[in-house]
Amino acid sequence: MEEILNALARALSFGTPLLIACLGAILNERVGVVNLGVEGMMALGALAGFALAFGSGVGDGNLWLAVLAAMLAGALAALVHGFVTITLRANQFVSGLALTMLGLGAAGLLGKRFEGQPLFNQPPEWPFTLGAIGLALLLAFVFYATKIGLSLRSVGENPAAADLLGINVLGVRYAAVAVGGALAGLAGAYLSLVYRPSWTDGMTAGLGWIAVALVIFVGWSPLRAIFGAVFFGLLYYLQFRLQGQSGVPSEVFASLPYLLVILVLALSGLRGQQGNAPEALGKPYRRGER
Amino acid sequence: MRLEPLANPSRYRVLGVTLAALGVAFVLVGGLFAAYGLHPLEAYRAMLSGTLLDAKGWQEILRRSIPLLLIGVGLTLAFRTQFFNIGAEGQMLVGAVWAAGVALFVPLPPWLSLPGMVLAGALGGALWCLVAAWLKSRLSVNEILTTLMLNYVAQSLVIFLINGPWKGRDARGYIYSDRFAEYQQLAALPGTNVHWPTLLLGVLLALFLQLMLTRTTLGFQMRVVGENPGAARYLGIPGGRVILWVALITGGLAGLAGVGEIAGIHHRLIEPGQLSSGYGFTAIIVAWLARGNPALVLLTAPLMGLILAGGDLLKVSLNMPFRIVDVFSGVMLMCLIASEVFVRNRVRWGR
Repeated sequence: MEEILNALARALSFGTPLLIACLGAILNERVGVVNLGVEGMMALGALAGFALAFGSGVGDGNLWLAVLAAMLAGALAALVHGFVTITLRANQFVSGLALTMLGLGAAGLLGKRFEGQPLFNQPPEWPFTLGAIGLALLLAFVFYATKIGLSLRSVGENPAAADLLGINVLGVRYAAVAVGGALAGLAGAYLSLVYRPSWTDGMTAGLGWIAVALVIFVGWSPLRAIFGAVFFGLLYYLQFRLQGQSGVPSEVFASLPYLLVILVLALSGLRGQQGNAPEALGKPYRRGER
Repeated sequence: MRLEPLANPSRYRVLGVTLAALGVAFVLVGGLFAAYGLHPLEAYRAMLSGTLLDAKGWQEILRRSIPLLLIGVGLTLAFRTQFFNIGAEGQMLVGAVWAAGVALFVPLPPWLSLPGMVLAGALGGALWCLVAAWLKSRLSVNEILTTLMLNYVAQSLVIFLINGPWKGRDARGYIYSDRFAEYQQLAALPGTNVHWPTLLLGVLLALFLQLMLTRTTLGFQMRVVGENPGAARYLGIPGGRVILWVALITGGLAGLAGVGEIAGIHHRLIEPGQLSSGYGFTAIIVAWLARGNPALVLLTAPLMGLILAGGDLLKVSLNMPFRIVDVFSGVMLMCLIASEVFVRNRVRWGR
C-alpha cells in the first residue's frame, strides 16, 4: 500500500510540469491556435527562473520572483508566435517549430554560464502540483460553466460567428497564447527550480512535445489532462525505478515515453479523437473570409 | 497600412522579400550575440573570415553541405506535399545504423559492401519515416509529433547499439563501433573530409527530383495533394499513397545522409551527438528557403552549411555553445514565414 502511495506521489511530481504545460497548450488550442513551441518556451522559462533564483551566485535570489520571470519569459516568447500567426497569419506549425529551435538555442546560449551550478535554495514542490491540479479544475469550470468559457470556445470553433457576437477574436487569441506561454514557462521553472534544481542545456528532453501530444490524447479536456499527466508521470517513475534493476538496457526505458506517445496518438487516431479538435484549430482568422 | 493580395508575385518580389527576411534575421541574431556579451560584428567577422576567406573553411562548408543537401532535397518534396517531416535527424541516424549493420556483420564481397551499405541506409531511413507516414495516412496521426518522437527513439537505439552489442573492441571508456574496412569507406577529395561520391549523388538527386516534381504524374500528384487536398480528392488522386511515396523519398534521402557521414567521415558508428550536428533540423531551413524547389537546395544547402561551419568556429575560437546554430535556424525560419505575408500581398500606405 505504502509502495503504491509512494509511486503515485512520485508520478504526480514527475507529471506536474507535463500537466502545467499541457493545460497551457489546451487553452491555446481551444481558441484555435496550435503552438508547437512548448519545448522552446519551457527551456526559456527554465533558464529565466534559474537565473533569477541563482541571484548573485549563492542562490539568494527571490524564488517567487524567479517563477514570475519564468512565466514572463514564456509569455513573451509565445507572443512572438502570436504576432507571426495571428497578425501575419503565417503557418502555425512552422512558427511553433521555429519557436522551439529559437527557445532551445537562445536558452542554451544564454544559459551557458549557469551550467553545472547548484541551487542552494529551492521552492517546495507541493504548491506547483496542487496549483496545477487546481488550474485544471478551474479551466474545466471556466470552459464548461461560464460565459467567458463559451466565448473562448466559440473563438476556436467558429471565429466568424464569435466575431459577429462582438467577441474580439484576435484579442482573445493573443491573450490565450500569452497565458499558454506563461504556463509553459512555469513548467520549465518547475524543472530547473524544483525537480532538478540546476540548469543544463536540453534539460527539457522532449517534455514539451509530450505535453503537446497529451493534448490530443486527452481530447482537449483539462480534467482528463490530470490523468494523462499522472499516467506519463508514472511511466517516468517506473523508468527511474526499474533502471539498472531489471537487466533491461536503460536505453529501452529512455525511449519508452516517446514510443508510448506514438502508441497513444495512434490509439487516439483509431478512436477518431481528432474529431474532438476545435473546428478552427490551426486556421488564421481574417474578417470576411471563410 | 493596408494589404492588397497579389495573385502571382514575381520572382524578384519573392527574392527581395526573402533576402530582406534573412537580413532582419541576421540583425536579430546579432542582438542575441550582444546579449551573450559578444560584439555582433566581431562574431560575424569571425564566422566569415574562418569560412569564406579560408581554404580549410571552404572544405568545412562543403562537408556540412552534403547532408544538408540530401536531407533538404527530400524535405522540399515533403513540405510541398504538406507532410511536415521533422524527424530527418532520426531517419539519418537509423540510416547510419543500417549501413553500419551491413558493414560490420554482413559478409559481402568487398566490391558489393559499400553499395550494400548505401542501399541499406536509404532503406532504413525510408522505413523509419514510413512509420509516421502510415500513421498519418491511416489514422490521421499528426506527423510532426510522431517523426519528432522517433528522433528520440533513434538516438536511444544508436546509443544502445554502440554501448552494447556493437561496442567496438578498441573502445574502452568511449562508445563507438568497430572501424569499417578500407573498402567500406567513401572516397574523399584528397586531404579533406569531403566525401565527393555523396556530394555528387546529392547534386544529381536534386536535379532529378526537380524534374520528377515538375514533369511527372507523381510530381503533379504531390503538388496537388499539398496545395489543394480537396481538388486532389476530386481528381481521384490517392492522397494516402502519395504521402507514403514522399515519406519513402524524404526518409531515404535522410538515411543516405547518415551513410555519408559514417562511411565518408567517421568510418564507424558513433554517438548521435557527434554523428549529426542537428542536420535534420537545419535542413528544414534549407528546404524552406528553397521554397519547395529541390534544385534550389543546391544554393540554400551551402548557405546553411556556412552557418554550421561558422557556428563550429565560434565554438572553437570564442568558446561559444554550438546552440548558436539553433538560434540562427529558429530566427531565420521565423523571419521567413513571417515575411510570407509580404510575398503574397502588396503593402499600401494610407487609406
